[in-house]
Amino acid sequence: MSDLIKFKIDGVECMAESGKYIVEAAADNGIFIPTLCNMKGVKPKGACRICTVRINGRLMTSCTTPVTDGMEIESHSEDIQELRKSIVELLFVSGNHFCPACEKSGNCELQALGYLYQMMVPRFPYEFPLKPVDAKSAKIIKDQNRCIFCKRCIKTIKDEEGRSYFAFRNRGHKLEVVLDEEMGNKIDDATAQLAMENCPVGSILVKEKGFTVPIGKRKYDKAPIGSEIKL
Amino acid sequence: MKNTVNQIVEKYGSDPTRLMDILIDIQESAGYISKEAIGLLSQLLHMSQVDIEQTITFYHFFSSKPQGKYAVYLNNSPVAYMFGREAIKETLEKETGIKFGEVTADGLIGLYDTACIGMNDQEPAAIINNKIFTRLTPYRIREIVKHMREGKDMDELRNESYGDGKNNLPSLRSMVSSNIRRKGMILSDDYNSGTVTREILPKISPEAVIAEIKHSHMRGRGGAGFPTGLKWEFCRRAKGDKHYVICNADEGEPGTFKDRVILTEKPELVFEGMALAGYAIGGDEGILYLRYEYRYMKNYLYGVLQQMRDNGLLGKSISGIEGFDFDIRIQFGAGAYVCGEESALLESLEGKRGEPRDKPPFPVEKGYLGQPSIINNVETFATAVRIIQNGGEWFTQFGTDDSTGTKILSISGDCMFPGVYEVNWGFNVEDMLDMVGAYEVQAVQVGGPSGTLIGPAEFHRTLGYSDLSTGGSMIIFGKQRNLLKDVVVNFMEFFIDESCGSCSTCRNMTQVMNNKLKKILSGKGVEADLIDLKTWSKTLNASRCGLGQTAANPIVSSLKNFPHLYNELIQKDKEFDEGFDMEKSVQAACTFVGRVPNFNHH
Amino acid sequence: MSKPVIATTSLAGCFGCHMSLLDIDERILKLIELVEFNKSPVDDIKTFTKAVDIGLIEGGCCNSENVEVLKSFRKNCKILVSVGECAIMGGLPALRNGIPIEECLHEAYVGGPTVQLNKDGIMPNDDELPMLLDRVYPCHEIVKIDYYLPGCPPSADLIWEAVVALVTGDPMKLPYEVVKFD
Ligand SMILES: Cc1cc2nc3c(=O)[nH]c(=O)nc-3n(C[C@H](O)[C@H](O)[C@H](O)COP(=O)(O)O)c2cc1C
Ligand code: SF4
Ligand code: SF4
Repeated sequence: MSDLIKFKIDGVECMAESGKYIVEAAADNGIFIPTLCNMKGVKPKGACRICTVRINGRLMTSCTTPVTDGMEIESHSEDIQELRKSIVELLFVSGNHFCPACEKSGNCELQALGYLYQMMVPRFPYEFPLKPVDAKSAKIIKDQNRCIFCKRCIKTIKDEEGRSYFAFRNRGHKLEVVLDEEMGNKIDDATAQLAMENCPVGSILVKEKGFTVPIGKRKYDKAPIGSEIKL
Repeated sequence: MKNTVNQIVEKYGSDPTRLMDILIDIQESAGYISKEAIGLLSQLLHMSQVDIEQTITFYHFFSSKPQGKYAVYLNNSPVAYMFGREAIKETLEKETGIKFGEVTADGLIGLYDTACIGMNDQEPAAIINNKIFTRLTPYRIREIVKHMREGKDMDELRNESYGDGKNNLPSLRSMVSSNIRRKGMILSDDYNSGTVTREILPKISPEAVIAEIKHSHMRGRGGAGFPTGLKWEFCRRAKGDKHYVICNADEGEPGTFKDRVILTEKPELVFEGMALAGYAIGGDEGILYLRYEYRYMKNYLYGVLQQMRDNGLLGKSISGIEGFDFDIRIQFGAGAYVCGEESALLESLEGKRGEPRDKPPFPVEKGYLGQPSIINNVETFATAVRIIQNGGEWFTQFGTDDSTGTKILSISGDCMFPGVYEVNWGFNVEDMLDMVGAYEVQAVQVGGPSGTLIGPAEFHRTLGYSDLSTGGSMIIFGKQRNLLKDVVVNFMEFFIDESCGSCSTCRNMTQVMNNKLKKILSGKGVEADLIDLKTWSKTLNASRCGLGQTAANPIVSSLKNFPHLYNELIQKDKEFDEGFDMEKSVQAACTFVGRVPNFNHH
Repeated sequence: MSKPVIATTSLAGCFGCHMSLLDIDERILKLIELVEFNKSPVDDIKTFTKAVDIGLIEGGCCNSENVEVLKSFRKNCKILVSVGECAIMGGLPALRNGIPIEECLHEAYVGGPTVQLNKDGIMPNDDELPMLLDRVYPCHEIVKIDYYLPGCPPSADLIWEAVVALVTGDPMKLPYEVVKFD
């Protein structure tokens, strides 16, 4: 068994196994730190920056930073919550997130964070970028309008040889996540389904599926994201 | 085609971590990387096509379409504009009959924009087929285009070489000038290559080398200023199968060109510094990560490395020291500023997109191929040699208490004598301006776009890690310049283009802020916009690497030091204006349906 | 003391938000006790006849008339509220944003699959018609908006809670379930 260490989040005494990432260690102690790009069991890449906390005066992502003994973490202070909210708003304005017309609505993690922070309107101007929808694959629709570049699909959806179905294209503001044409045509149902499920938003859809759960019964209709963690 | 790709892949041992080399070779042999080549690579390297494409599309100098037999990359940094880039661009477009971003119908000439190519002291400058052309004038462009039409080769194209110094070596034929204006311990000619390796290393232990570097209090010259001795010590202590010494010659910060000059004039010193570091950390291999813009130095530097091997300064049992085996290879980048960030550099070295890594772990623990690695700037390695030669104590007499030694500055812009100046740390800006002959100065960009823009009220400040910290880029703007329009917007667009895109903050906030700046410049700004710019910039602090963390600096520092420039632009009589313009926004639809806009009677 | 005055309008919206307002069921009786309606489709008053306290805006701006109506609301109302996704971010009409207006018009009147009887390719260009904007604008990109009620449509509970709070000056109580974007 690994050593148990003590650390603090917003002054609250916590305990965890040494070396655990802060988000997970926090969850073990009933403290929810919001994430978007993170997935349990998958090597993290602090991409969305939502889980940012302050340690020793420095901003760090809690999905990539292991807890150490005696660490003092600031997570729910006003300015950090404001930072997280502003990142959520930034993601809303920089894509085209038409929630009323989205298959993922109600089960979308980005939207759920919008609810968590009671985002009534983003503070930034909407960009309305023109982005393509790729429906070439027989099984999958890749809608660039909704992608938040969390990289989950790139990291988790691979074939038997370990080759990835999805990858980035371009960089910076022109970034896209694209589906390999050849592999996308051969993708099996289970992998396609997994790709859709792993996507936190509605950017990967399995064709002819969607709107299966009625409004009111969806994941984030009644209780905020993270409710399952709070003690 | 198939054979070429096969051969290239074989040359690099079918190793996906050498993808950068493979792609560079394909790009150079075919002029582009075709869909077919990507298909072949995908089979040979067992990667999906999109996986290979994600590396290709990350780098500016890889292209998926033929680039033209002559590919002209014209620098677009502010200093290029100050010295006539507009006229060069117009002449190029007129003479070739195409616009930038296009290739002539016969496939002969392609025109492209590119970010600072490290020639700020001799702008306007361009790269044509990996060769540098500086101090361009419309006349010279007409000449070059004529020669290209005549099918002349690159050496003929450069028949009128304006270079100086070592640039005139046959191996380095180039129009580039070194413009050394002031020499100190690095640029002086009083060091005989190999002295430290031959005379000192056999006498002292690796630990003693590190102790001496620590004693000198030297901090990294690449900008971040981490204590060099400490970095080497961490790396030496870290466990791994191999240890690597990596020299960061990405030199992408607009306005910096001193690494180019050091590598041109004192390459032996840099390589000796790398070997010295290898000795200190127990390193197995050295890699010089050189920006693709400096591809013209390739043969020259390979020649220098060979000579050092011949002289026993690299290779096995160097200076007869058992186990001191060290050699250096050169890895080229392919056009990405962010690859100067040390962990992005590592990703690029491994053949991937240059996306910075999350830290911890730091490169000294897990660096190149997961092994302990040190990454230092070109100047840092060169300086280390002089420290070991003369002792850490000697070194501390130069500079100030917290910034010991000398610093090589790349000075450009509105001044009489642009070039490199090696000065002691602690130099103040006023003296610097007098040194280079800069009069009627409106502003100085210290440390490049990621640094700060300061005005005369700050010229008393000194260069050093505790005051004005800088990797050496100093761009001077005279009174006649429009700082916001010509400098700040240019720098913001630089960051937008160069962000790797991984962080939500850096990928988007740069664009949001630049849009707001442009709104202000269009005369639609209000007081609230200035407040927004200040508050919104804070979100960028949560970015993973220095690029995102400093990407708002052009706006933030100009807002702080030149508030009047903004105040002159905003509308005083309005509290709200989101920039909506009815006349403009109905224009397109009215024209298309064939009616005259009418704003009176609805 | 006279009752607070409310005005409402539907710009580039579908009247869904107005429907949702009517969905407050029996509370509508309380509402008319609390407030008086001025310019609004609810009572069919076409022009402002007095100073208004609260303006509720449904829909974003897709044409010049929307802009003018919105500006007149700003002029005549103390408080303006963007009600629903269309007012807040353009909503479904804004799906056209980013696509050149020429392409949109061509699709709608000439090339689209549902166009049948327009052989001459005539475009609506009468001088009396509102002029189409290059894109659909959220209301707050044209005038200052004071409050936002998201949803497509916003739930009747959200509208009720917000209006009552604005009228009475009490703080808004917005339980988790009422703030939704769809
Ligand atoms: C966006 C970005 C670009 C950078 N570019 C360079 C560069 O071109 N050269 C360099 O030496 N350091 C660069 N750095 C700093 C490196 O990350 C690193 O700190 C440096 O190479 C360490 O060497 P030093 O300690 O010798 O300065 C850059 C940092 C960032 C964030
Ligand atoms: S498609 Fe979905 S899973 Fe993939 S990067 Fe985009 S948002 Fe993330
Ligand atoms: S800050 Fe910008 S450049 Fe750096 S990792 Fe994040 S997105 Fe990439």
